[in-house]
Amino acid sequence: MTKTLIRMKVNGRAVEKAVEARMLLVHFLREELNLTGAHIGCETSHCGACTVDVDAKSVKGCTHLAVQCDGSQVMTVEGLANGAVLHAVQEGFFTQHGLQCGFCTPGMLMRAYRFLQDNPDPTEAEIRVGMSGNLCRCTGYQNIIKAVLYAAAELRETARVAA
Amino acid sequence: MIPPTFEYHAPTSAGEAIKLLSSLGSEAKLLAGGHSLLPMMKLRFAQPAHLIDLNRIDSLRGVREQGGKIVIGAMTAESDIVNSTLLQQKVPLLPEAARQIGDPQVRNRGTIGGDIAHGDPANDHPALSLALEATFTIEGAKGRRTVKAEKFFHGTYQTDLAEDEILCDICVAAFAPGTGYAYEKLKRKTGDWATAAAAVVLRLNGGKVESVRIALTNVGLTALRAVAAEQALTGRPLTPAAIEDAASKAMAICDPAEDLRGNREYKTAMAGQMVRRALAVAASRCH
Repeated sequence: MTKTLIRMKVNGRAVEKAVEARMLLVHFLREELNLTGAHIGCETSHCGACTVDVDAKSVKGCTHLAVQCDGSQVMTVEGLANGAVLHAVQEGFFTQHGLQCGFCTPGMLMRAYRFLQDNPDPTEAEIRVGMSGNLCRCTGYQNIIKAVLYAAAELRETARVAA
Repeated sequence: MIPPTFEYHAPTSAGEAIKLLSSLGSEAKLLAGGHSLLPMMKLRFAQPAHLIDLNRIDSLRGVREQGGKIVIGAMTAESDIVNSTLLQQKVPLLPEAARQIGDPQVRNRGTIGGDIAHGDPANDHPALSLALEATFTIEGAKGRRTVKAEKFFHGTYQTDLAEDEILCDICVAAFAPGTGYAYEKLKRKTGDWATAAAAVVLRLNGGKVESVRIALTNVGLTALRAVAAEQALTGRPLTPAAIEDAASKAMAICDPAEDLRGNREYKTAMAGQMVRRALAVAASRCH
């Protein structure tokens, strides 16, 4: 089996691995790098549990080849917190009860993170569209929306204090 | 689910991709956004021995204005179409429709060219390109040629593209001031294909229809242009009766396949409803 050598940065760390071309990004992260945050849900690009950030864009890791990330900057849920300090989106899901079983949460967090980078002051309606590629079978979404609103306010406050 | 094995190629120019296509022949498949091809490979509906990834060919990406026309690179992602100021100003139908495709993550990967070249009548850009009278630029080993959208779609998954050719860009005319437009799409949920959808581009003059294009998604073997409906409207005031007449003429050409989205009668009725809505919305924008 021919393998291709790929190099990328994952959560800021340089990674170099030889992979089969058919290896999906989500399998690469989970099996080669032991980053099991991104979950394998539907495997058909519907549920969004495998959502990660590639070059500052949200993508579904189940429908993206690892070889396509050669030279890319990848960020997973493991890269969100700063040591023991949770990122505002994590804090939002925690304090607003934005999860029950937690299976969809890594994808939700990564999508919320990128969505708020692109749109720091969203309306509730914009959040519903922005998060529409992520499915949750437990919560009914109300608390997820609240969590994103909470994180948006937190991030704006942090930016205001820093300025 | 893991795709079958294949050799991966990542050319950085269209010329290089065409050379690869010519030498690998039917063993090779082009990879655009991958949101149709990779799922098909997981299910073994497609098992190409070679994948030629077009994502590193910068010249195939982006939206530009060229001699009064708007040229969209085939590898332009749906999210870039949604966010393109040029398209919002000159061809607002495309951002409006692209917003209704997939979900945010899918729109980051899915491309206009992949959507068209796949030849799936459930995709949205085929009907949109019929309504916009788009022209496609195609490059192959024998050189460059253009083909009108109307001549491009031969059947389900069958297009005018030869095995050694690549769709390079999509060319549409900028809307004249006062052009009305709409893409009305009925879908069960975010990310689903249309149960039925209708694209309309409309110009009114003195209260009468000066010109109209109507095209339908996912109600036939290809996207369908509703010619009889267009002809029935042209030169007439856009009254409720005229809209009803156009909707029934559009329904008459529908030949949908029954699936979980509904039976043939339901899908045909919904196509008619999408035409009514799209005409009404387009008319409201003609000013």
